[in-house]
Formats: sequence, structure tokens, C-alpha cells
Amino acid sequence: MSLLESLAPSRFLFRRKRYRPDLASQWQLMWWKFRRHKMAMVGMALLGVFLAMTLFAETISPYPPGQRNPSYVAGPPMLPRMIDETGAVHLRPFVYGSKAVRDMVTLRMTHQADISQKWPIRFFVRGTPYRLFGIIPTDIHLFGTDEGFVHLFGTDFTGLDLFSRTVHATRASLGVALVGVTVSFILGAAIGGIAGYFGGWIDNFIMRLIEFIRSIPTLPLWLALAALMPRDWGPLATYLAITTILALLGWTWLARTVRSKLLATRHEDFVLAARLSGCSDARIIRRHLLPSFLSYLIVDASIAFPEILLAETSLSFLGLGLREPVESWGVLLFAAQSIRAIDQAPWLMIPGVFVIIAVLAFNFVGDGLRDAADPYSKS
Amino acid sequence: MISFLSRRLAYMAATLLLVSFASFVIIQAAPGDYAEIVAAKKAATGAIISAADVQAVRVELGLDKPWHEQYWRWLSGAVQGDFGFSWAWRRPVGEVIAERMPLTLAIAFSTLLFMYAVSIPIGIYSAVHRYSFGDHASSLIGYLGLAIPNFLLALVLMYLGQKYFGQSVGGLFSPEFANAPWSWARVKDFLAHLVIPVLVLGTAGTAYLIRSMRAAVLDELDKMYVLAAKASGLSPMQLLIRYPVRMALNPIAATLGWRLTYVISGAPIVGYVLALPDTGPLFLNALLNQDMYLAGALIFLYCLLTIIGTFVSDLLLVLLDPRIRLE
Repeated sequence: MSLLESLAPSRFLFRRKRYRPDLASQWQLMWWKFRRHKMAMVGMALLGVFLAMTLFAETISPYPPGQRNPSYVAGPPMLPRMIDETGAVHLRPFVYGSKAVRDMVTLRMTHQADISQKWPIRFFVRGTPYRLFGIIPTDIHLFGTDEGFVHLFGTDFTGLDLFSRTVHATRASLGVALVGVTVSFILGAAIGGIAGYFGGWIDNFIMRLIEFIRSIPTLPLWLALAALMPRDWGPLATYLAITTILALLGWTWLARTVRSKLLATRHEDFVLAARLSGCSDARIIRRHLLPSFLSYLIVDASIAFPEILLAETSLSFLGLGLREPVESWGVLLFAAQSIRAIDQAPWLMIPGVFVIIAVLAFNFVGDGLRDAADPYSKS
Repeated sequence: MISFLSRRLAYMAATLLLVSFASFVIIQAAPGDYAEIVAAKKAATGAIISAADVQAVRVELGLDKPWHEQYWRWLSGAVQGDFGFSWAWRRPVGEVIAERMPLTLAIAFSTLLFMYAVSIPIGIYSAVHRYSFGDHASSLIGYLGLAIPNFLLALVLMYLGQKYFGQSVGGLFSPEFANAPWSWARVKDFLAHLVIPVLVLGTAGTAYLIRSMRAAVLDELDKMYVLAAKASGLSPMQLLIRYPVRMALNPIAATLGWRLTYVISGAPIVGYVLALPDTGPLFLNALLNQDMYLAGALIFLYCLLTIIGTFVSDLLLVLLDPRIRLE
């Protein structure tokens, strides 16, 4: 009983519903254990924000990602303020206007804040019409200005709003990673399942293959595969091809986990019972073995996710992955490739911050899941 | 020991064969064959090229033969250091690579050295002072190190170097040393430039190694033999170094091959972003230009490096842990 009691997340969390670990299901126990992991909960919250960004990208961003602002090209981020130059506090946040100044050393036009102008930021303003979820026509944007413009992350060399583009890019970045993880999940479960269930030379062969793949530097190999992709393929075909290539990265860990768990459980009594009742091999794997270690697979998938996200970002950054008009964080970073570009517009690196936050969030959640996967362990 | 060695060597040879085949497939998979590229290049200079000329080039290069003969031709050439001809450089691939490979090797091995030199002490410290400020700080940095893409770290360091130190951080030599003969001053200049690539390449691996070192030492600290040694009056430092750390080093040594693979994997992108005169930009430009003989040769060499690394780490493990020899 003391072990079960030690699982209680905290004494007051379950005041209303009585905390009964002896009656709780496996998943309930896991959830309780997961909640105790604070960083994992932070990670979950961050992932929630990203999810909102993918669902409501058009609403959150003040401008369509393809809209150029000719009067603010390569402009620096505009900081929303509530205290003006005289020290007076404004209840409504505002941004300073901007004026173009010629840099007398480099003779380049640069933008500077013009403190004589204040553009108040309004919430739920009407702007460019769009369709929410692709269905509901509306023109409400989360924030915007009546006069002037607001570019929270600045603009790029063609005057596109970096904030709007970054928010929109969440879709492709997380979408590719999600599809990639799903595909490698299926691949890993299938191949690992075959190896672990049949054993013998099949197992030996698959294990050698995995060892081989792990022992070669895969990134150059995938770079080469991505480079071989015909340049004239449309955005959708490129997207699918890149996702497939990335999925090939992640499956080996999953396959190993599936195999070792299968080897550990395939001689259990419940498997024998199922076999005696006349279940087919496929059914035993699917209905009896897989559910018994699904939680470990989810842990591995949550670890594969950031790996795939980083690989996609690197590929796109080099111009070998996704390409315009598809926008991902890596595609946006492609503009920040040269030292000259980041010297003139360091804010072009902001999408990279989103990559880092997403990877951190997934790592935290993965850590929490790893602890929760085995709810009976004490640590 | 001899049976172990011969088994590993045989495995290594089989892996190499597979890798060479994969490289060959990549070379072959490029659209259009080499003869057509040669023809297109010549046609661009104004020469009149007929289909018969293309066929002649094809026969000369053996491109009309079945694939297994072509593969054999490529492989036997590769073993002797002849990897074909790079049309982008208009020179033999072997020559182009030979110029730049030493720098890639220098960077890879400095990175490995850096990773182990930094992560082992920090890992031990974190394990011994568990949940202390230093432990939390190192795990925070570790998390960040794993989350920051290599190329982004390279960009940021380059930007900061340019802005605050006013030094050109790209490349591996200052302009005045670029073509100078090797001298003491040039070596110092080279080492100073090596810092950023090594930091960029090594951060993620270091973070990972710190974590595994910490976990390995923690596992050992609770064991009875440590208690016994403590009871017999060994000083804490001596105890730590002689027993738990020695045991914890085994899994770390065992993954040396993987770490090398990781470094080699990341090196091309970092080299490209930092504009290093190593094989990184060479590789990526070859891919972007579809200069496939060069790209295929580099993939083959990268794999060769990691296969040798894995072999060395296996050997190291056998030397460190006698139990494995008996198996």
C-alpha cells in the first residue's frame, strides 16, 4: 500500500474525486504520475500554444503571410510599449511609428522608431478577410492597428511580416514532424514486431540492419536523397517526399524497443492462452502484445519527434528540404543563411527560437512520459 | 580475443561493402548520366555534339556496361583512391577531397576530444552533487544544447563574433595566414579559429554525454562495493576515481562510435554555414550541383570514418571491460 500511496500526486489535487490507486486503470495511474513532472506539464502547455497557433494561424497573425509592406522593408522588430518617452503610462499598448533613415556609412536605408508618432494596438480588429478552418468567412484578427502597421518580429528583405509568417510556418513544421513520426512509428512497430515475434534468422537480419543504419552518418545520406529529388516537383510532392525521407530517420529506435519488449512478453501466459484459443499471429501481436507496451512506444515517439523536427529545419535551411511557397521555420531560416543577411537583419533568426522552444517542449514531455510509462516504478 | 577481432573485422568489411553499394546507388540515381553532362558542358562552349559523340564518351567511361560491372569498376577504383571525375571542379574527385579531408578530420577529432574532456568531469560532478545548483545548471544547459540546431548555433556565434569581436569567424585561417606555410603563429591562428566549429559541433554531444555519465555514476554510487570501500576508509576522492568512475566509463567508451557518427553527421552543415575550407561546403555544393561522383565519394568516406570509429570503440570496450572478452 505504501508504494501505491507514494504515487499520489499531492494530497489536495483529488479532493473531489477520491484518490483510489487500487481501482485506477493503468492510464489513470500514468496520468497521475505524469502530472507530478512539472517540466512535462510546462512542455504540455507549450505544445498547447503551438496547437493553437496551427489552428488559428490566420486569426493570430495580423497580416496574410504573403502581404508585403513596401514602406517597411527589412525593418527591425517593433516593440509594443505601455510607457512612452515621457514616462506616462498608457493602458492601451502602442508601437512607435517608423521613419526611414539613410545610414551615412553604408548608404543603406534603415528604419528607426519615430517617437513623434504613436500607433495604438487594438485587439480583435477587422483586417484582411480569410476563412477560419478553411470554412468560416471572417476578417477578425487578434490584434492590429488602425493607423500605420505593426510588425512584432520585423520584416524581411521583401517587406513580408515575419511574425505572421512564423505563426503560419508552425503548421508545416509540426505537420511534417507529426506525419514523419507517425510513419516511422508504423514502420518501427511493424519491423520490430516481426523481429521480436518470429526471432531466429529474421530477428538476426533485422537487428544487423538496424545496427548498420545506426552506424553510418545518416544526415549526409538523407541530404543526398533530398538533393536527388527532382526540382520541378510541386510543393505537395516535395512535402510528401521530405516527410518520407525524415520518417526513415526515426524508426530504428522504435523497432528496437518493440523487439525487446516483445521478446520479454512473448512467453507470458496470456500469450499462450490467446494462442490456445486459436488467435492468429497478427491478432496476438495487435490485440494482446502491442497494448501491453504501447506506453513505451509513445515515449520513443516523443523522442523521435524533436529529432525529425530538427532534421526538417536543417534540410530546409540548406534549401534541400521544403521550399517556397510551403513555409516552415526552416524555410524562413533559409533567408538567414549568409552572414551578410544576419548582420543587416538579425531578427531573421527569430523562427529559430520557435524551433528551440518546440524541441524543448517535446523533450520535457518525453521525459515526463518516460517516468509515467512505468507507473509502478518508484523514482 | 582473436576470434572477437576477426569477427569484428569481417563485420566491418561487410558493412563497408553495403556502404559502398549505397554510395554507388546514390551516384547512379542522379538524373542523366555522366556522358550527357559532359556533352551538355561541351555544347555550352559552342562545340557541336552528336549522339555518336555522347555514345563514345559513354563507352570510354564504361557507362554502357551493366550496373554490376560499373559498380565493380567504381569500387575497385575507390579502393585505390580513384573516385571518378568531378565535373564541377574539373579535377579528379580524389584530389579535391584529399586537400580538404585533413581539416575535416582535425575538426572531428578535436570535437570528440572536447566532448569527452568537458562531459566526464561535469557528469561526475552532477552525479556526486545531485540536485545542487551546479547539477541543475548543467542539466539546463544540456537541454538547451540538445534543442538548438547546429546551424543556428553557428549563425548566432558568427553574428556575435562579427558584432562584438570584429573578427571574421568564418573559415579556419585569418587572411594573412590563409596561404602561408605552416608555422607556430599559423598553428595558433588555426586553433583559435577551431574553437567555434568545435563548440557548435560538440554542444549537443556533450549534453548527451553529461547525462549518460551522470546516470552511470549514479547507478554505481548506490552499490555495495562502494559502501565497502568507504567503510574501509578510502578518501572520498580516491574512492570516487578508483571505483564508480572506472565502472561508469565503460558505457561512455562503448558509445564512442555513435558519438563520432553524430559528429560526422553534423559536420557538413556546420562547415557549410561557417564557410570552413573542409569537406562540408564541398559536400553540400556537390549535392546542390548534382556533382554526384564527388557526393558519393564523400558519403563513402564519411561512412568509412564512422565504421573505423565504431571498431575502435569496440576494441576500447574490450580492453576496459574483461567480461566482454569472455563472451
